[in-house]
Amino acid sequence: MVTVETNSKMTEQDVRSFSASNNEPDWFTELRVNALAAAEELPLPKPDKTKIANWNFTDFPVHNTESEPFASLEDLPAEVKALVGTEQKNVYIQRNNTPAFTKLSEELSGKGVILTDIFTAVREHSELVEKYFMSEGVKRDEHKLTALHAALLNGGVFLYVPKNVVIEDPVQVVFLHDNEEASLFNHVLLAADRNSQVTYVENYISTVPHAKGLANIITEVIAEDNAKVTYGAVDVLAEGFTSYVNRRGLARRDASIEWALGLMSDSDTISENTTLLVGDNSVGDTKSVVVGRGNQKQNFTTQVIHWGKNSDGQILKHGVMKDSSSSIFNGIGKIEHGATKANAEQESRVLMLSERARGDANPILLIDEDDVTAGHAASVGRVDPLQLYYLMSRGISRQEAERLVIHGFLAPVVNVMPIEGVKKQLTEVIERKVR
Amino acid sequence: MSSLVIKDLHVEIEGKEILKGVNLTINTDEIHAIMGPNGTGKSTLASAIMGHPKYEVTSGTVTLDGEDVLEMEVDERAQAGLFLAMQYPSEITGVTNADFLRSAINSRREEGDEIPLMKFIRDLDKKMDLLEMDQEMAQRYLNEGFSGGEKKRNEILQLMMIQPKFAILDEIDSGLDIDALKVVSKGINEMRSENFGCLIITHYQRLLNYITPDHVHVMMQGRVVKSGGPELAQKLESEGYDWIKEELGIEDETVGQA
Repeated sequence: MVTVETNSKMTEQDVRSFSASNNEPDWFTELRVNALAAAEELPLPKPDKTKIANWNFTDFPVHNTESEPFASLEDLPAEVKALVGTEQKNVYIQRNNTPAFTKLSEELSGKGVILTDIFTAVREHSELVEKYFMSEGVKRDEHKLTALHAALLNGGVFLYVPKNVVIEDPVQVVFLHDNEEASLFNHVLLAADRNSQVTYVENYISTVPHAKGLANIITEVIAEDNAKVTYGAVDVLAEGFTSYVNRRGLARRDASIEWALGLMSDSDTISENTTLLVGDNSVGDTKSVVVGRGNQKQNFTTQVIHWGKNSDGQILKHGVMKDSSSSIFNGIGKIEHGATKANAEQESRVLMLSERARGDANPILLIDEDDVTAGHAASVGRVDPLQLYYLMSRGISRQEAERLVIHGFLAPVVNVMPIEGVKKQLTEVIERKVR
Repeated sequence: MSSLVIKDLHVEIEGKEILKGVNLTINTDEIHAIMGPNGTGKSTLASAIMGHPKYEVTSGTVTLDGEDVLEMEVDERAQAGLFLAMQYPSEITGVTNADFLRSAINSRREEGDEIPLMKFIRDLDKKMDLLEMDQEMAQRYLNEGFSGGEKKRNEILQLMMIQPKFAILDEIDSGLDIDALKVVSKGINEMRSENFGCLIITHYQRLLNYITPDHVHVMMQGRVVKSGGPELAQKLESEGYDWIKEELGIEDETVGQA
């Protein structure tokens, strides 16, 4: 592994030369440079109920690392091999900041599907990327971290599904972190054109126990009219990262975006997952599960914002808190004026496994339209002693009974993971974390 | 032969004494029924034997073949051979009925000697058929969204899969229509053997039309006040409880009520 840069503060010149080294088109170089300047001025985001003024989101050991790519799926390290079936047809694997393996079936490339690392995408599909990249989804000048992300982007993937194309098998992406110096300014751009369908599953996985860098990760999903996107993710990043993870979707008329997020990182994390229901009859369904442990501090904001008439937004989040971990769960259902017949539902539940752990569930409904339906349920509590009594009365030990209850509590995301290896890994990660 | 022996059992809930000295011995190959009006302590007896966290035993003993049951954790009581079909079973989301049952069965087996999956599925199918349960019930989350009748059948399904030495059935008949009652009774009768003893708690005699008890007891004021054979249940059905109250000079049969 070669480390190519050593300074932590990136200057405009650094950004320009990094951009040039990737042969990026001018518009992208300028976007980076402007974003870098903006990042200086813009404030940090303000996640509700978590103070992040003292978190380090700006200093990191190196901006870019080079890693050895993988010649075939056979060469993957065991942890990644367990995730990716050898028969997997459409895969992108990134190692730290290096695109390490890409495979797209001939059938799909013949239909115009694009699956490639973000650098190649910017070069070879410049117009498409320019159309979707940080324009309508996440804005580059929302706050310091989105600007920094645009300026320093050093990895990611682009998936484009053309009109009327239905991809049957899930597209799988793995972001492997095995260099503790690496920082992930990673961008996932998924555009599903009209009437298309795709299931996308990604893993962020650290195989080093400790991280020294930053994770500033943004996903944008654009679902054009009547497109259907299913997005599964399991994050297992190491302790030591300061993580900002923003996954945002935009659904136009009759489109749907379904998220299943297993947020299992050991780092301090600010996570935002927003679905913008801009089109009539659009659907946003967000399921996320979290396990916090150690002294981890996390904030999870899940929002569905309705503009479309008859749009349907569902939020489910279940968190398990142990040790001295602390998490805030903000759930926001927002219905804008004119989004008649919209429906916003949410459920937030936190299970506390320790006296020292802290968990807050804050359900928020912001409604600016009369003709809508909305509801929320929230709870924070310990494992129900009557559930334990019931299970134990069948001979199951207290430990095993707790395990069953916890796994059951996190099942809504585990059960819908579309790739068997990923489902299994998520189950194992949960097992390991709650033990 | 195994014996479950309850001696002078006193039980409190939230500081209020509900059981005031219960004595009862149940052997395998016997079916006992405890009858009595509401509020006389029947369900408290069941819960206290199993170790419900809200019930506190203040004095007396419960032993299973001489072993002190009250010293055991709830799971140890189950491992020792006790089973309670609960009146209000918990709902556990995300845990399928089948996975739960396998855990329960495997908790009685050594590690590495888990029940083979195919054998488990065969057993389960057979018993669900007998209880006229839809096969998809196995994949539903434990008791979640089950109707009252489905929960009762599911309790009996667990009983049949686990095959304990002693089962206590706490109002297994409440809320069941006559057809469901017959099915549940069929399951319980299937369990009858020289290695199985049962304590049926009920308000009504009608369940006992399908399961003939060997012994019938009446509870009032937190004690067993009368015991007899199956004919006692018949008499209670036709004459009610007043004659017992009169005989024993009891005015208010309930216990621990505000």
